[in-house]
Amino acid sequence: MEEVIRVKELDRNFKYQVIKEPGGEALLKCFACGTCTASCPVREVDERFSPRKIIRMTILGMKKEVLENEFIWLCSGCYLCQERCPQDVRITDLMTALRNVAVKEGYIHPSFVAQISFLYRLGRLYEVTEFDNKKRAKLGLPQIQSQPDEIRLLFDETGISKFVEEKE
Amino acid sequence: MRYALFLGCTIPVRGQNYEMSARKVAEALGIEFVDVPEFSCCGFPAKSVDFMTSLLMSARNMAIAEEKGLDILTLCNACTVTLVEAQEEFRKHPELLEEVNKKLARIGKKYTGKIKVRHFARFLYEEYGVEKLKEHVKRPLENLNLAAHYGCHFIRPSEVYEEFDDPEHPVSLDRLIEATGARSVDYMEKEKCCGGGILGIKEEDALKMTKEKLDEVKKVNADAMISICPFCSIMYEGSQKKIEKLFETEYGIPVLYYPQVLGLAMGFTPEEMGFKLNRVRANKVLEKVGGDEKGRD
Repeated sequence: MEEVIRVKELDRNFKYQVIKEPGGEALLKCFACGTCTASCPVREVDERFSPRKIIRMTILGMKKEVLENEFIWLCSGCYLCQERCPQDVRITDLMTALRNVAVKEGYIHPSFVAQISFLYRLGRLYEVTEFDNKKRAKLGLPQIQSQPDEIRLLFDETGISKFVEEKE
Repeated sequence: MRYALFLGCTIPVRGQNYEMSARKVAEALGIEFVDVPEFSCCGFPAKSVDFMTSLLMSARNMAIAEEKGLDILTLCNACTVTLVEAQEEFRKHPELLEEVNKKLARIGKKYTGKIKVRHFARFLYEEYGVEKLKEHVKRPLENLNLAAHYGCHFIRPSEVYEEFDDPEHPVSLDRLIEATGARSVDYMEKEKCCGGGILGIKEEDALKMTKEKLDEVKKVNADAMISICPFCSIMYEGSQKKIEKLFETEYGIPVLYYPQVLGLAMGFTPEEMGFKLNRVRANKVLEKVGGDEKGRD
């Protein structure tokens, strides 16, 4: 990333795009105190991740830099920042909003392509194989069958089935 | 006391000891779990891609429970927060529920927002009650020092949980542990996240987060960690060997599900509570309470 922020290259509408997304509504309340970054357990192990920085960049309009960067996918969703934010920016929800915007703009993380594909195929995140069901029976647990049909219809309805790999 | 049991995706394949112990303990406490084969994933993984899709999946599951006239009990923290957050969204934005129902109509379902969704541990603490639990304890686990791991989504965001517990200094799981006769030990970083949320994004960061808590639990010499979430257990138990190798250290800390230890205290055998499926052997824990994995006393 360049050290100089070029005003001409900023997208002033980006913040409004984020505000319109569920979870992004309180973005402009941020007064940049940094409580979020100080509370963040991911920040403790990876300096690249800083919620405060992501919020600043979003408000400034650094759209491309925010959306194409892996860091928006690094939030572990623990909600500590959200509990502590003195301005009630709802930062964990804001990270979800940013991810949703990123997906709309064509930046979806490969890990989520895989997860969405599993959900489409199985209606669940992990396959319950014949082996698993045999083991379950031995343990006295009921059998589990995949029932993905309704989930597929719902994914078609919201349009996210387009991310699914290897549709049958 | 009849409830729809919401297992989610992880427990049926990677947390069978949790499932076995929860089912047996519930039955003995007079709580009936109803299995609902039509339940799908809660919607959690879809949230990062498209919030509406996640709401739809949650609403579909809750609509199915509603048709049966059953409140939901969950075992996974992520399922809990996803369903409860969807309810809160619908409560705050009725127009959103309308939109969701228009889409659910395509599969002939409708959610009206009547049912309650709670984590089994919250239910035990809040409704069943610690005192009543104690009446079922036949073999108090007096010699055990256990380290409670709540997991983020059991208590946060606090606004969707009616503040049944403190989001940073919770006590509910400690009280539940104490009900078994064991000691619930304090340790640093108790409110810390397991790192599971970013395991698929950046494993190295996730494991570093997991390690931090294992280090703290080791410092206080706890006999085991107690978990109430399958993904937290995958991190602390399933990844423990990998972390030991990666960071050249040693833990050997058993990670047990709360119903497993409650069950032991209620007189179930370790075998009935699925101890054989625990990846970090809990032999020392069982010796301390006077038994072994096969269930011999």
